[in-house]
Amino acid sequence: MTCCSASSAPSSAALKQQLDHERTVAASHTLPDGSLQTDFIVPAMHCIGCIRTIERGLAELPGVNNARANLSTKRVTVQWQPRSDAPVNFLQSLADLGFEASLFDLEDVSSSARQSGRQLLICLAVAGFAAANVMLLSVSVWSGADAETEKLFQLISGLIAVPACLFAVRPFLTSALGALRNRRLNMDVPITLAVLMALGMSIHESLIGHHEAYFDASVTLLFFLLIGRYLDHMMRERAHSAIMQLSRLVPAGAVRLGADGAQSYVSLGELSEGDEIMVAAGERIPVDARVVDGFSDLDRSLVTGETASVAAAPGLEVEAGVLNLSGPLTLQVTRGADKSFVAEVMSMMEAAEHSKSGYVRIADRAARIYAPVVHILAALSFVGWMIATGGDWHTSIYVSIAVLIITCPCALGLAVPIAQVVAANRLYRSGVMVKDGAALEKLAEVDTAVFDKTGTLTLGTPHISSIEGGSDTDHALASLLAGLSSHPAAKAVARLKENRAGLLLSDVTEHAGFGLEAVWKSKKVRLGRRDWVAEIAGSLGPADGHQFSEVCFAVGGGDLVGFRLSDTMRADAPSTVAALRSAGLDLEILSGDAEKPVRSVAAALGIAKARSALQPADKVERIEELQLSGRKVLYAGDGLNDAPALSAAHVSIAPASGSDVGRASSDLVFTGKSLGSVMVALSVARRTGTTVRQNFALAISYNCIAIPFAVLGYVTPLIAAIAMSASSIVVVANSLRLNLVKSGESIPVAATAAPAQSVNQFEPPARTRREAVK
Amino acid sequence: MNLLMFLIPIALFLGCLGLAAFIWSLRNGQYDDLDGAAERILDDED
Repeated sequence: MTCCSASSAPSSAALKQQLDHERTVAASHTLPDGSLQTDFIVPAMHCIGCIRTIERGLAELPGVNNARANLSTKRVTVQWQPRSDAPVNFLQSLADLGFEASLFDLEDVSSSARQSGRQLLICLAVAGFAAANVMLLSVSVWSGADAETEKLFQLISGLIAVPACLFAVRPFLTSALGALRNRRLNMDVPITLAVLMALGMSIHESLIGHHEAYFDASVTLLFFLLIGRYLDHMMRERAHSAIMQLSRLVPAGAVRLGADGAQSYVSLGELSEGDEIMVAAGERIPVDARVVDGFSDLDRSLVTGETASVAAAPGLEVEAGVLNLSGPLTLQVTRGADKSFVAEVMSMMEAAEHSKSGYVRIADRAARIYAPVVHILAALSFVGWMIATGGDWHTSIYVSIAVLIITCPCALGLAVPIAQVVAANRLYRSGVMVKDGAALEKLAEVDTAVFDKTGTLTLGTPHISSIEGGSDTDHALASLLAGLSSHPAAKAVARLKENRAGLLLSDVTEHAGFGLEAVWKSKKVRLGRRDWVAEIAGSLGPADGHQFSEVCFAVGGGDLVGFRLSDTMRADAPSTVAALRSAGLDLEILSGDAEKPVRSVAAALGIAKARSALQPADKVERIEELQLSGRKVLYAGDGLNDAPALSAAHVSIAPASGSDVGRASSDLVFTGKSLGSVMVALSVARRTGTTVRQNFALAISYNCIAIPFAVLGYVTPLIAAIAMSASSIVVVANSLRLNLVKSGESIPVAATAAPAQSVNQFEPPARTRREAVK
Repeated sequence: MNLLMFLIPIALFLGCLGLAAFIWSLRNGQYDDLDGAAERILDDED
């Protein structure tokens, strides 16, 4: 904003600084020594130069004790002592250093997730330590130690393995107990059972002086399984922090006008009905409110999907999440934050979320079949041996434990997470962030893709589609004038390539809600709303009242020029749509925008099914209708109005440029301007599905060979250990092949044709079993 | 045989030492910023 309207805002520079200070303090947390700790997200930080500039630049500010940049999470942590004499504005300081930053509210940090990651890593370290030492001792026993040494080694193994196992089994124990409490079986039940039983049995064996102990097997098993568990955790953590980085400063509070006219920054929770708040140009309106004072344009595209901006004048009701474009507004809160439009959307999302919570991940589906089979097999071998040996319970229990251990293969535990982690990393490099492994599994199954228009198929930034009337000079003047405003429509006009040489404008003023006015050759010129521009125009030009969003321009007494605006389509939208279609997906557009622009986009892309002017609830309804008819829907959308649909769809993807809520409710997020990421994600997801099945096949064929030997009592610990490690390595190596998927590679349609059918029904075990063995 | 009486405790002790060192470094935040650590080594002035 270059001219008067911005500076006419009632908040002076000093007041703004005070408000920024309050905002920073509100997002900080207090350390034990009384100083404050504030976190900032600095996405542009990428090398040692950036780290040095930031750390040194911030450390010089008054009151700052310590500034530390974290390159992995792209965060800067500042510990400081607030001083009333020198209010600091870190965001401004960071901007001065050349880094765009936003406040990071510590409330958001999923410290529990981080804690559990650390816990897993410690368990992994302990299990690794124990596994290495016990294995060394076991190898010397297997290579033929005399009886005395064997006994000693067994004792030492036990002393290491028992505490280590009891410590490292906890992640599995917690999960297994949780599943049992809900009367379900998951993969962790047999794991926990096998480890604890083997441990108990081995202790018993050692105490009565026998030398068949399985200490080595139980710790190595835990070690390998923890690797899988940690990889799984790491993937989720990484995607989570990447998505957090993207989150712009959500209006977590607002500037409230007190009764005496004093301005103060308060958090959203403190706002109540009837309060007056101020929203500067370029900020989002945090709650549902009514305009009391001021004129501006509002961008409602995130809320409704409409691209045309709306004029704001006193009396207009606005929803939370609307972007205030051109002038400062004073608003009266009509509904508190907990009842606002955003809150309604949130509750709709929760409802939608609930309806799809029936999804069962592949690993758990496998466990559903696998766990009972393992238990039954172990029980049967116990009974069988009891009968065969005439009641030798010792040998029988021993064999059944061997079966449990052999059938709890690390390869099966690694099969899913390792493939998904490699795939997620591969996608991360192409700018697609995956929230969790389930997202990849579900993406591989989709057969229908539904798109939102604004912000997804299109960029959400308007461009000039046609110009009505006016001379070249008019167009040049208009684009010159438009270059002085930050309004999206004006920016579009400014992008016109006209010869502006020799044109000079003076006395430029911006009238919020109307447009720009200037003087050219002592004549008034205006750019903005039709009725406002028409006031000075000599002729009215083409008829009014058409459906397009537009900007008008006129020189005093001259012709009225109309610039028609339409949304810019993403450059690779046509090719992506074509590729998706050739991958066998049904395509559909659901948009909140008016019928005409939706139809023109649909026609340009060759999508036959398009619905327009939809409310958030209508979108959800349509998606649920599709899913009830057995479709697996991929929903791609970005706005607040898409959030419920994103939650309702089988799997969803949102551009990083969209709304926070949209990103939060989708399973995948893509950065960058290319819609082709959807294609890459789909092809990697389908390949991951194939790899996971291959891994299962490998792991299960290992079992098919090993189980008979175990049941017959022929498996020695050495053979078990070698087979176990070898199968794990094969599975890992197979998964690493996912890194080789090229972004331009075509989707393996044929490979997924069969599973796409079988995944329609999760329940029948026989079916999934066949798929897994295949 | 007697040699084992020394060697095994020594081996275990060293193993424990490694484990303790790992847990210490984890708690100390040394794995919090792996990318940053890789870059910081290039900073001559620190």
